Amino acid sequence: MLKITDLKVSYGMIEAIKGISFEVNDGEIVTLIGANGAGKTTTMHAISGLLKPKAGSITLNGTELTKLPPHKIVGMGLAQVPEGRRVFAQQTVEENLALGAYSRKDKDAIEADLADVFTLFPRLLERRKQMAGTLSGGEQQMLAMGRALMAKPSILLLDEPSMGLSPLLVSEIFHIIVEINRKGTTILLVEQNAIRALDIANRAYVLETGHITISDTGEKLMKDERVKEAYLGG
Amino acid sequence: MDFLSYLINGLGLGSVYAIIALGYTMVYGIAKMLNFAHGDVIMVGAYVAFFSISNLGLPLIPAVLLSIVVCTVLGVVIERLAYKPLRAASALSVLITAIGVSYFLQNAAQLLWSSSTKVFPSVISNGGISWNGLTVSWLTLITIGVCVLVMICLTLFINHTKTGRAMRACSEDKGASTLMGINVNLMISITFAIGSGLAAIASVLLCAAYPSVFPTLGAMPGIKAFTAAVFGGIGSIPGAFLGGLLLGVIEIFAKAYISTQLSDAIVFAVLILVLLIKPTGLLGKRIREKV
Repeated sequence: MLKITDLKVSYGMIEAIKGISFEVNDGEIVTLIGANGAGKTTTMHAISGLLKPKAGSITLNGTELTKLPPHKIVGMGLAQVPEGRRVFAQQTVEENLALGAYSRKDKDAIEADLADVFTLFPRLLERRKQMAGTLSGGEQQMLAMGRALMAKPSILLLDEPSMGLSPLLVSEIFHIIVEINRKGTTILLVEQNAIRALDIANRAYVLETGHITISDTGEKLMKDERVKEAYLGG
Repeated sequence: MDFLSYLINGLGLGSVYAIIALGYTMVYGIAKMLNFAHGDVIMVGAYVAFFSISNLGLPLIPAVLLSIVVCTVLGVVIERLAYKPLRAASALSVLITAIGVSYFLQNAAQLLWSSSTKVFPSVISNGGISWNGLTVSWLTLITIGVCVLVMICLTLFINHTKTGRAMRACSEDKGASTLMGINVNLMISITFAIGSGLAAIASVLLCAAYPSVFPTLGAMPGIKAFTAAVFGGIGSIPGAFLGGLLLGVIEIFAKAYISTQLSDAIVFAVLILVLLIKPTGLLGKRIREKV
């Protein structure tokens, strides 16, 4: 279980996250929705260690993550697909996937997981020798997800996976997210595309300028008047 | 025959520039900073080799190894003490700090070993091989050989090992690398270690050719090698080799055919010309962005 308690994150004098608490239980898909600048990515970066929180605690199965050096966090079973994919453009698809397994030592299991990633994303198998920078946006998103899965995470953080993709590709990506979850990986999803996110989420939190204002099941939030008005286009 | 002889001597000098340029280019590629103290690490390497041979009576190879060890440690310590605290600072602060470290090393050397020039013992026998009236010295052959060996080992390391892959990842995106579980600080330390170790090798090759050891000896080869790195495309390892070799050849040709006094001016004029035509250097990476 991932548990965030009274988390505060600042950029210099500006407090971007003003004390939020939420949790993600094992096996769930939880989504964090909110407008641009609400603090979604900041929250994700704090969880994966790219930003040091000013206060509060982040625990994964009881281990305090804020006390760990950032590069140790993936080894605890938490992987992040960052906003904008951030694949290593000048390395091949295969090399990107190998980097995903960087923190692991179990060679045979890595081979098996690589095969699983190629089953999930056949497109990556076709393009395994290609430089990641030459892939299309959708393929890069798949690569970023495959790369994160190569760490064999128990919880996967996805930051805006639908950004910049065609509606057809968005459907494919969300379908795969559900598939990954069905195979036993917990998901924390950040999305501006609130309809899609609420549709697959067990539970959801609404983040507004650094505060969590609403939390409920995905289904109920989909019908919530406030959410409808603000995020679902009325 | 003169032409061929100048060409080979140019490649010999260029090999030294190339080995030094690697230190600049690798550090720039990963830490995104210009380590202007790199030339002074060469100077320290030269003093260590000098004292090991002249005072401790060590043979050449152990002396080179000792010099490599000292420079590697020095490079890592410089990075930890001077540059690591500035990881979040502006590029200008880091640059000024690097210049400060450079002066610090030069003055420390002057304090410890005085400013008088020491004569580096002759370590490589004088002769060479002759063929059809063309004579190539052992030193030139060894220098080119070492450069080729360094290039092969480094290319294999960077492209085909897990650590090499991680270093390339860091040079592209440190945040994403951290998400992979890569210890970015460790990769930066390894980069400084490799660059400084290579500086030690270069120092011995340099002193074998120009046998004077003095506190500012690293400055000029440092600047030349930095030029070579920019020439080839800073951040690119093959670029550093190409830039170094070309710079050496251009310098020797300029000395031979145009003017000894003007040779440095010609070298820098060629650099400016290349940068005007191709601002990223010969093999520099264009920044590709795709959304």
